[in-house]
Amino acid sequence: MKNLILSTAALALTAGIAMADTVRMGTEGAYPPYNFINDAGEIDGFEREVGDELCKRANLECEWVKNDWDSIIPNLVSGNYDTIIAGMSITAERDEVIDFTQDYYPPTASAYVATSDSADVTGGVVAAQTSTIQAGHVAESGATLVEFATPEETIAAVRNGEADAVLADRDYLVPLVEESGGELVFVGDPVPLGGGVGMGLRESDGELRGKFDEAITSMKADGTLNEMLIKWFGEGTATYGTDGSVVTN
Amino acid sequence: MFSYCADPDTLGTFRWFSCYLTNGVHWSFYLSFIKVLALLAVTAPVALGFGFAGAMAARSHFPPLSWLGKGYIAIVRGVPDIAFFLFFVIALDQAFEWTRHKILCPDWTDPIRQGNDFIVCQAAKLPLGTAPEWVHETYGFFLAVITFSIVFGAFAANVLFGGMRAVPHAQLETAEAYGMNRRQTFWKILVPQMWVYALPGLSNLWMVLIKATPLLFLLGVEDIVYWARELGGTKTSKFTQYPHGDWRMWYFLFLLIFYLGMTRFSEIGLEKLMRRLSHGQATSGGELLRKETTA
Repeated sequence: MKNLILSTAALALTAGIAMADTVRMGTEGAYPPYNFINDAGEIDGFEREVGDELCKRANLECEWVKNDWDSIIPNLVSGNYDTIIAGMSITAERDEVIDFTQDYYPPTASAYVATSDSADVTGGVVAAQTSTIQAGHVAESGATLVEFATPEETIAAVRNGEADAVLADRDYLVPLVEESGGELVFVGDPVPLGGGVGMGLRESDGELRGKFDEAITSMKADGTLNEMLIKWFGEGTATYGTDGSVVTN
Repeated sequence: MFSYCADPDTLGTFRWFSCYLTNGVHWSFYLSFIKVLALLAVTAPVALGFGFAGAMAARSHFPPLSWLGKGYIAIVRGVPDIAFFLFFVIALDQAFEWTRHKILCPDWTDPIRQGNDFIVCQAAKLPLGTAPEWVHETYGFFLAVITFSIVFGAFAANVLFGGMRAVPHAQLETAEAYGMNRRQTFWKILVPQMWVYALPGLSNLWMVLIKATPLLFLLGVEDIVYWARELGGTKTSKFTQYPHGDWRMWYFLFLLIFYLGMTRFSEIGLEKLMRRLSHGQATSGGELLRKETTA
């Protein structure tokens, strides 16, 4: 009898482990339209929609977790969540520490925004968010880089004159420029940076990466990813062909 | 919240704010105040406990225990808070998981550290990967309480150590003369009298603790400063029904009022406590009280 109870308990335990397919998705929640907190206090945005669809296709139970940008990689590798899905561009430096899936957002254009057309983006003071590809680009461009922990602060720095311009993903800047009533303007040409946006995973998590890669491929093939891209980033955004190649519109 | 909130664009200022301030994301903001107050309510007594144990250990007559107490005080007081908060929490979490891994998954052969990755078996995860989000948040809160308690406990230990030394030696000698042993002298004579000397230092610590709560965000707990920054940030009409400019100043002003209110409230409480503790003490405060009652 005792044995029976024990083996039932063991069975229940192992069943619990077998069902442990919950994948914790880490995001920042402060970078619209990629990810942000909506009025109801939930994580929303392009990546929320893509992530939920990917989990459905890969048969995974997903749970969303917020983490600030600065510590988003350390918390992934120490196992507090299983993926980073936070508008993170695929770069060689990051690839040394974590692994990326294929891109679910084509290589992005970054852009400079300033309060006047005459801002000097190569010799002046330029704001960017800490540990982003934009911060890396500014540091190499000859401009003086000022870094901020959140994207919001980079914009505030331009508004209050602390920085001459800000370099960020164009998609993040477009709504802000549109609603600034002429206070903010794009300066110069867009700068192509990074290898597209992908999901970050632990290097030891090859199996999970395979599942997500497969799901992304299927979303590219049947056009659902394009629908979401257009919904969140507007008609002019780059999309994917059915074979996964990038189509600029 | 209210029925007219469906289309906020059409509302007047007052109604617009009544909707805006009661939407889901603002409830998270209000909830975070409770989190901070709960943290203070739990951390203060636990830290005091750590402090008391530390001070007792430091003045122990058994050298290793005394070294332990003094080492704890010196090391934690010396390490910058922010380094402690960043490093210690991850280390503590990994220590828990490592221990559980060794106990629960003895058959596991893969190394725990693979390059940058820290990997334990699923069953050793803390909390379990399958646990709902609130469990993760509670665990984060629990880690925060431990970390705050250890840091503030070290300072409290130093204050209590000083308080114990400040009790007039004649009191202890008298206790001995009455035939009390060391333990009795400590608990019946020293401890009741030391609080009045320790309280000014402890009240300082309490004030610093109140102001240190924003460090919670480093530990992954969304505190009031996080939400003020998040809610006050510019919102464009594409992503919210309540677009607004950079309102961080107003949110932070509200926090300023909250923190000042907390300070005032604490001052009143501490003043009362000091008065109670001074009763019958051989200090100038105690003397003042005696005159008041006899006059």
